Amino acid sequence: MAKRDDIKFLSNPNIGQSKKKYCRFKKYGIKHIDYKDPDFLKKFLNEQGKILPRRITGNSLKYQRQLAVAVKRARHLAILPYVTDLLK
Amino acid sequence: MRTYEVTFIVDPVLASEEIKTTAQNYLDHLKSEDCEIVHLDDMGLRQLAYPINKRSTGAYYSLEFKSNSGDIVKKLELAMKRDERVIRHLVVKLDKFAIKYNDDKRNGRIGRTLPKEETNEQSTRTQSKPAQAAAAITEEE
Repeated sequence: MAKRDDIKFLSNPNIGQSKKKYCRFKKYGIKHIDYKDPDFLKKFLNEQGKILPRRITGNSLKYQRQLAVAVKRARHLAILPYVTDLLK
Repeated sequence: MRTYEVTFIVDPVLASEEIKTTAQNYLDHLKSEDCEIVHLDDMGLRQLAYPINKRSTGAYYSLEFKSNSGDIVKKLELAMKRDERVIRHLVVKLDKFAIKYNDDKRNGRIGRTLPKEETNEQSTRTQSKPAQAAAAITEEE
């Protein structure tokens, strides 16, 4: 019999323990979303430049709405693209 | 008294002096209409995310101003629409959080890479907390 710390799991024991999602805006006290900051907005977009749904980002409805407006303003000003591939 | 912000893109083909005078023109225009100028931000020459009028770059300007009457917005938009030097513009009303955010940004209280994390730092968080928050967010990516 080997030592205790030699015991290996056949599968990753962390699989299935999903982390709880949270709203980043609430957690960090972000009150205003700047439409002139593409690097920040890109965190909430997928590779085609589409806005990620709340069920993935975990944003609260209030900030998801504000975020959508910010992204659309940025698109109008050519800060973010309307359609693209390989945004990241 | 309401605060507005107009962001506009000036044609990069113009001489750099002409670009500056364009921005200055609007500044004077607003001043003559009894507006209080809060700040004119020259965001510099930036790459456009998609071509506009066959231009791939643009000189971005962001002008924050206060006005008693909302009529100025219509006048400003009309002037910008007619102006061939301006290839894109956007006028937005700022709420109190936006005003505070812009103020913080000008005073360098907001980091470049993680902009809004530090807005509440003055009140509750210590200096090291935002850095941890920043780390948490990058980890998650």
